[in-house]
Amino acid sequence: MLSAPLAPPAMHIPDGFLSVFVAVTLWIVTIVIVAIALHRVSADLGERQVPMMGVLAAAIFAGQMLNFPVAGGTSGHLLGAALATILMGPWAAIIIMTCVLGIQGLIFQDGGLLAMGANIFNMGIVGVIVTHFVYRSVRALAGGKPWGIFVGGFLSAWLSVIIAALVTALELALSGTSPANIAVPAMGGIHILIGLGEGLITVGALAFLYFVRPDLLNVGEAKPAGASVWIAGLVVALAIALASPLASSFPDGLEWVAEQQGFLHIAQSAPYQIIPDYALPGIANKELATILAGIVGVLLVFGAAFGIAYARRKDRAPQAASRTLN
Amino acid sequence: MHIHFLDPYHAGRSPIHQLDPRVKLVLAVAFILTASLLPFGAWPSYILLLALILSIELLTEMGIAYFLKRAFLALPFMLAALPLIFTVQGTPLATFTLGAWTFTISVEGVERVASIAFKSWVSVQMAIVLASTTSFPQLLAAMRALRIPKLLVAIFGLMWRYIFVLADEALRLLRARAARSGARRDAPYKTGGTLAWRARVTGGMAGSLLVRSFERGDRIYAAMAARGYDGETRTLPLPALQTWHWLVLGAGLIIYILIWLVGALIV
Repeated sequence: MLSAPLAPPAMHIPDGFLSVFVAVTLWIVTIVIVAIALHRVSADLGERQVPMMGVLAAAIFAGQMLNFPVAGGTSGHLLGAALATILMGPWAAIIIMTCVLGIQGLIFQDGGLLAMGANIFNMGIVGVIVTHFVYRSVRALAGGKPWGIFVGGFLSAWLSVIIAALVTALELALSGTSPANIAVPAMGGIHILIGLGEGLITVGALAFLYFVRPDLLNVGEAKPAGASVWIAGLVVALAIALASPLASSFPDGLEWVAEQQGFLHIAQSAPYQIIPDYALPGIANKELATILAGIVGVLLVFGAAFGIAYARRKDRAPQAASRTLN
Repeated sequence: MHIHFLDPYHAGRSPIHQLDPRVKLVLAVAFILTASLLPFGAWPSYILLLALILSIELLTEMGIAYFLKRAFLALPFMLAALPLIFTVQGTPLATFTLGAWTFTISVEGVERVASIAFKSWVSVQMAIVLASTTSFPQLLAAMRALRIPKLLVAIFGLMWRYIFVLADEALRLLRARAARSGARRDAPYKTGGTLAWRARVTGGMAGSLLVRSFERGDRIYAAMAARGYDGETRTLPLPALQTWHWLVLGAGLIIYILIWLVGALIV
C-alpha cells in the first residue's frame, strides 16, 4: 500500500546508472529547454502561471495514483505527460512534468538527483514533444472532426511512452550500464504494453472532457504550433529511428562502452602524469587498499555512533540530575 | 484517510537536521556525483562512501534501518543492468546452456553489475537522508539560493501545498470506484468489464481530477489576487553562510575528492 500511491519506477533512472558525461549533458539540455518553456508560459499566462502550473503539476502527480487492473496482478497507470500536453500545450506541459519529476526525485527518490536531468528530458521533454507532434498531426488529418481528438490522443500517448523508454534505454547503453542490444528491445517491448494503458486512460480522460468541458480540448487550438516544436519533433523522431536499430545491431552493444572505458582510462591516468609520485607505493595494491578502506570505514561509523551516544548522555545527565533533586 | 504519511520529512534536532539546507543540498549532490564519477570496481572507495553514508545516517538519530529499508526502492531498476553479467567480455566465471543458447558469465560483468548496484544504493541513501532531514520550505529556500529560477521554485512551492490535497482527492476517487465495484471472489464469475472499459473508467477519473484542478487553480489565483498577489513571490532570504558552514562544506568536498582519488588512483 505504501508503494501503491507512487508511480511505477519503470522509467525513472536512479543515480548510479548514468555516466557523469551523459547525466551532465542531459542536465544542461534540460535546463536550457525548461528556461525557454518558463519564458514562453510566462508570456502566455502572466501572473496566473504560478497557481495554475502548481496545481496542475500536483494534479498530474496525484493522477499517477489512478490505476486499473490489467492481468495477473499488474496494473495500468497514468503517466500524464500526454494528457498535460494535449490540454495545456507543449511548453506548459514541459513545466508541469519538470515539477512532477522534480518532486518525485527530490522527495520520493523515484529517480535520482544527478539523473534528474535525464529523467526530465526523457519523460518531460521527449514525451511532451512526441505527444505534441503526433497529436497535432492526427488532428490536422482529421480536419476538425472529433475522432481526431481520440485517435490522436491514443496514438500520441502510446508513442510518447514508447519513445521515452527507447531514449532511456539508449542513455543507459551509452553509460555502459545496460547492454544496448538487450536494453533497447526489452525497454521498447515492455513499454509498447505499458504505453497501451497510458493511451487507453488518456482516451478515457479525453472522452470525459469532451462531454464535460469541450472548451478545454480547444485550448491549444487557437495558436498554431511553433515551427521550432515541429522541427524538434522531427529531429527527435529521426534520431531515435536511426539510433535504435543501430544500437540493437551491435554484435556486442558494449563495444561502445569499451571505447568509453578506454576514454575513461585515459582521463583517469592524467593525475599520474601530473603528480607521478602520487601513486602511494604502499597502497598501490588493491587488496591492501580495500582492507585499509574497510578499517577506516569501521572507525568512521564507530566514531559517529560513539559521538551520538556521548551527546545523548550529556543531554540526559542534566535531566537525571534534576530528577534526583525532585 | 489522509495522505500526509507520504511526506518523508521527519522533524528532529540532530546535527544533520540542523545543517544549513544550502550546504546539505550541495553536499548531497556532490556525494552522488562522487559515487557516479568512481570507476567500476573501485571497492576501497565504495566502502568509504558506504561508511560515510552510514555515519551520516547514525548522526540523523532516526535509525539506520529506516534508511536501509527505503533504499530498496531503486532495486527493480537493477533488471536493466543485470544482462551485463553475460555481455561484458572477460575472464569466464561460469558457462551454462539453455536450449540452443550458451551463456557465459564473466568476472568483469559481475563486477560491473555489483558496482552499479552499489553506487546506486549509496546514492539513493544520500537522497533519502536529504529528503528526510530537510523540510520542503527549507529545500525551496536552498534551491532559490542556488539560483534555480524563482518562477520554477514558486511553482514547486505551490505544487507542494496542493499535492496532498489532490492526492487525497485521487484516493477518494479510487475509494468511490472500489465502493461501486462489487466483485465475487469465487472463480467462474468474471467481473469488472473489459480492459478498455476499465481503462475508460480510470480515464474518466483522471479527467474529473483535472477538471477539478483547473477550477481549483482559478479559485486559488482569484484568492491570491484578492490578497494582493502580483506575480512575484517575496520570501525572506536565508541568512548569509557563516564561517563554520563554509568549513563544513569545504571539509565535505575535500573528503569526497580524497575518496575519489583513492578510487581513481588505486584501481
